[in-house]
Amino acid sequence: MTAKRGAFWPTAVLLLGAAYCLLPVVWLVTASTKNAGELFTTFSLWPSFSGGLTENLEQLGSIRGGAFWTWCLNSLIFAGGGALLATAVSALAGYGLAKYRFRGRQLVFHFLLVGVLIPGVILAIPQYLLLSEIGLAGTYWSVLLPSVISPFSIYLCRIYATAVVPDEMLEAGRLDGAGEWRIFRSVALAPMVPGLITVFLLQFVGIWNNFLLPFIMLSRTEMFPLTVGFYSLMSQGNDQVNVYNVVITGCLVSVLPLLALFLSLQRYWRLDLVTGALKG
Amino acid sequence: MPATTSRRSSASLAPRTAPWLFVAPAVLLAAGLIALPLVYTLWLSLRGTQVSGSGLGVRREVFVGLDNYAHVLSDPALLAGLGRMLAYTLITVPVTMALALVFALLLDNTTTRLKRFSRIAIFVPYAVPGVIAALMWGFMYLPGVSPFTDAAGALGLPEPSFLGPVSVYFSVANVSVWGAVGFNMIILYTSLRGLPQEIYDAARIDGCSEVQLALRVKVPLIVPGLVMTGLFTIIGALQVFNEPNTLLTLTTSISTDWVPMMQVYRDAFVTNDLFSAAASSMVITGITLVASLGLLRVLQRRAFGED
Repeated sequence: MTAKRGAFWPTAVLLLGAAYCLLPVVWLVTASTKNAGELFTTFSLWPSFSGGLTENLEQLGSIRGGAFWTWCLNSLIFAGGGALLATAVSALAGYGLAKYRFRGRQLVFHFLLVGVLIPGVILAIPQYLLLSEIGLAGTYWSVLLPSVISPFSIYLCRIYATAVVPDEMLEAGRLDGAGEWRIFRSVALAPMVPGLITVFLLQFVGIWNNFLLPFIMLSRTEMFPLTVGFYSLMSQGNDQVNVYNVVITGCLVSVLPLLALFLSLQRYWRLDLVTGALKG
Repeated sequence: MPATTSRRSSASLAPRTAPWLFVAPAVLLAAGLIALPLVYTLWLSLRGTQVSGSGLGVRREVFVGLDNYAHVLSDPALLAGLGRMLAYTLITVPVTMALALVFALLLDNTTTRLKRFSRIAIFVPYAVPGVIAALMWGFMYLPGVSPFTDAAGALGLPEPSFLGPVSVYFSVANVSVWGAVGFNMIILYTSLRGLPQEIYDAARIDGCSEVQLALRVKVPLIVPGLVMTGLFTIIGALQVFNEPNTLLTLTTSISTDWVPMMQVYRDAFVTNDLFSAAASSMVITGITLVASLGLLRVLQRRAFGED
């Protein structure tokens, strides 16, 4: 009996939290079914079936000459490419820091640790000025390069490599006469994969959600990622045709695939890595 | 790129140079994209323009020492922005951490039902960019489209105001809390699951209730996870930009210098006062470093009994 009574409050509180987190998403779904007139006049959490959704989708597709789909693609390029490169760089550095004793190792490590604490937002402006100097501002690289260096990812990779790559196997490889690069690829890389997937996903979401960096770096509409694209639509105001409806529908269309990706990749997450990090 | 360089020389790799080749890409990128920009900002913050001659004088860049710092630190707009940032941080961080911890403990509690659904639902906002989250909540704050206004009207309650002088802090903080709770909850829940279950049995035999078990046994054991998530929540709060900057497009309650980062952006790109922007940036960086390193020191001493 006590167990049953005890189950009510924990479940209720947790469901309340779930409702809080889902409310804006539910609102987004219902709002996207409404046309411009209905958005401001009908009850907001009840969908409309007057064909508003198809109308909104058509307008979304035609805004600024099909820019929406370009923005989706750009977001995918920045997040996918940036996360892939960041994971590669972090895996190499994390492995190097975890498995070798060399002069300057502590220095490199502390330098990277301070990097974790520097607000990324602060760096975006000087990064823009410096990349302008070498003519890279406004290119895809101006968003990709700063996304590739992630001190936190290196930190996680170091922790993970320390935990899962046994020194004896590296020694065995050396006795067999294998080069260090070959040892890394054939012995160290495979056990590190679960950790690397986690680093990739964290970095993917970080870049996908980033706004200030591409906002500062890019000036041409056709290079914007979704976040900057929506912001540029919103900041031109609602005097143009139904910008609110278009943005609401766009938010829905762009959020759904990422949610699907997340839910399907859930079991590959090794988030114990993140907390284990502080102990290591 | 890194791979080919190391592969080419792999035959001659002695463990003396190999480690450097592994860390080289990261070190080069960190030097160019973190250290150099910071040094550049510091340099800019000590420079300024001087107009020599009268009328159409020549503008040239000179070293001005700490003038920019004196200027920004006595600028009422920046100080007001710092105050708002602090207020926002004091709301966001405790609420985010408290909710994340409560949800994580409830997920870990054996009697809770529907855990899988709740866990996924609360994690959903993590996949939503801050800009989109701010737009969604922003629309829901607007009287014309807000479900809260509709609900209050149906219940005969006064119309809620989300964008008033005081409520706007909570409205901006709410967007960030909404976005951050799920991720922090998952991290803390993962830490809880990593604890050995046997200690719970011992505590239960001693007559410990589930609430006592949570507060006296589980929470102290996941302090490292709490420090980690708390640290990142604070760093995130101190550099807040996306949420207020996006809400700006929907309301007049938020000024273009609402938080320091918005003013830095405006100084750098709208009014072209790079030197002030650089000095303000250094101030924000300083506050972030002092806050996070200070927190780490205090907590490490308290929680782990080491320095």
